Amino acid sequence: MDKDVRMRFGLGLRKPHYQDFLTSDVPVDFVEVISENFMVPGGRPRDVLRRVRERHPVALHGVSMSLGSADGVDVDYLRRLKALVDEVQPFIVSDHLCWTRTGGFNAHDLLPLPYTDEALGIVCDNIGRAQDILRRPLVVENPSSYLSFDDADMTEWAFIRAMCDRSGCDLLLDVNNVYVSATNHGFHVADYIEGVPMERVRQIHLAGHMQGKELLIDTHDHPVADPVWTLLSLIAGDLDDVAVMIERDDNIPPLNELLAELDHARSLCSYGAPIWA
Amino acid sequence: MGLRALQEDFRAWLVSEDEGSVQRLPLGDRRGLPVYQNNYRGQLLGCLEESYPQTQAWIGSEAFRAIAARHIDACRRCVWTAQGTNMRKGFSRQRRWRQSFPDDPEVVELAALELALGEAFIAEDAEPLTQEDLRSFDWDHAEIRLVPSAAFLSFHTNAEDIWCALDSEGACPQPVMTAQADTIVVWRQDFVCCFQRLEADEAALLPALSIGLSFAVMCERLVGQLGVSEGIERAGALLARWTQAGLLRRPGRDA
Repeated sequence: MDKDVRMRFGLGLRKPHYQDFLTSDVPVDFVEVISENFMVPGGRPRDVLRRVRERHPVALHGVSMSLGSADGVDVDYLRRLKALVDEVQPFIVSDHLCWTRTGGFNAHDLLPLPYTDEALGIVCDNIGRAQDILRRPLVVENPSSYLSFDDADMTEWAFIRAMCDRSGCDLLLDVNNVYVSATNHGFHVADYIEGVPMERVRQIHLAGHMQGKELLIDTHDHPVADPVWTLLSLIAGDLDDVAVMIERDDNIPPLNELLAELDHARSLCSYGAPIWA
Repeated sequence: MGLRALQEDFRAWLVSEDEGSVQRLPLGDRRGLPVYQNNYRGQLLGCLEESYPQTQAWIGSEAFRAIAARHIDACRRCVWTAQGTNMRKGFSRQRRWRQSFPDDPEVVELAALELALGEAFIAEDAEPLTQEDLRSFDWDHAEIRLVPSAAFLSFHTNAEDIWCALDSEGACPQPVMTAQADTIVVWRQDFVCCFQRLEADEAALLPALSIGLSFAVMCERLVGQLGVSEGIERAGALLARWTQAGLLRRPGRDA
């Protein structure tokens, strides 16, 4: 199989576009859905997902696995996710390198981890438990962050390389997050890209951000910014068997605008028209 | 600093902006703290606004946000699920509504209705009993059960009429108190959430169908109230009405 065939280009499935995806042949190779939105007993969410799945391969993307929790992963959550995985048969199951939960408290946000040896051990243990229950490799996304910790033992990219090596997980590289965090923390994106294991990248997220008072904020409410496109073009030659997608969560435009952005991603990756069914 | 201690201090700062907690965090640069604080509160407020749109429309955004902020502050140790389910449920049941709107009982009933509609929207699927099924109904032994989405509310006001007017952006009726509490059933037919005010004899029977009730027992109860002829006629009418509304589930492997 040549390299062209192994690239896929897709979109995040969002409510304003449900009807488009249910009633027309949207030219994408896959859709990504937020797992938690569909981890419900029944009703329209599950029906929409079943019908979309009949038309497209699906990636499940979670926001609540809390792989960085010192308390460990929530087994009940993972069992419910496993039930969804069994039904949907996604080609990717992903979540974030962060923590969202401590004790019974859920922050509903992707909170930053200190990149310490202790945190690395906890994250790898949690990934291991998740992979055991899900019975598949997990794909873990690099976060955008607005804080760093003084007692870090390593850089984020060294942490990610060690995490992939030790746990066997793969990587969802959010190119916008790399740019946002590099700008906020003052590191070079080139160091990051050279540091992470590109051979473990299974998915790429492209999204927009906004300038906050002092920091860049990963808002997903704007088109993909030029520096992020530039970064994608720089790494495109290193990508193989990767699913590339536009992630838009707010100020959601008509579908055609997102498809135009996806076409731009295709052209930057120089892979031409999609051929995945 | 160990990870568990860091996460506990971060949590304490998020929920209460406790300065002592944030001082213990080994932060080199604190500029990003407000981003996480805003995200935390914004996510929870967004969850409540999405869950209670007509309640917000009825009391106004300013009053809604004030009461939501107090709820978020009060729930510092709440166990909140990923979908915020417990927080949403707690919001509609709090005494705070009655304290904030002592002369507006329709407000708490609007919130209760919106919570019930949200729960019905994602409730377990079930195949409904159809008119066709009734033709082969075992009238002596068949057990009648409600669909899993069915839930009951007790209303002292016309909150459901207010909800309908708000939802259709029509003219809202004045809130009216009823002499006695009426029962409202909320359920999902196919993918559409519905609600209906019940007549007194329906309200006495329908909740019992949550755990199943044989048609024979249902007839007995109505015959006891109305006499043989009228009781049996009423039982048949109610069964037809509930079936047409999609309130009953087809007996099967899950029944």
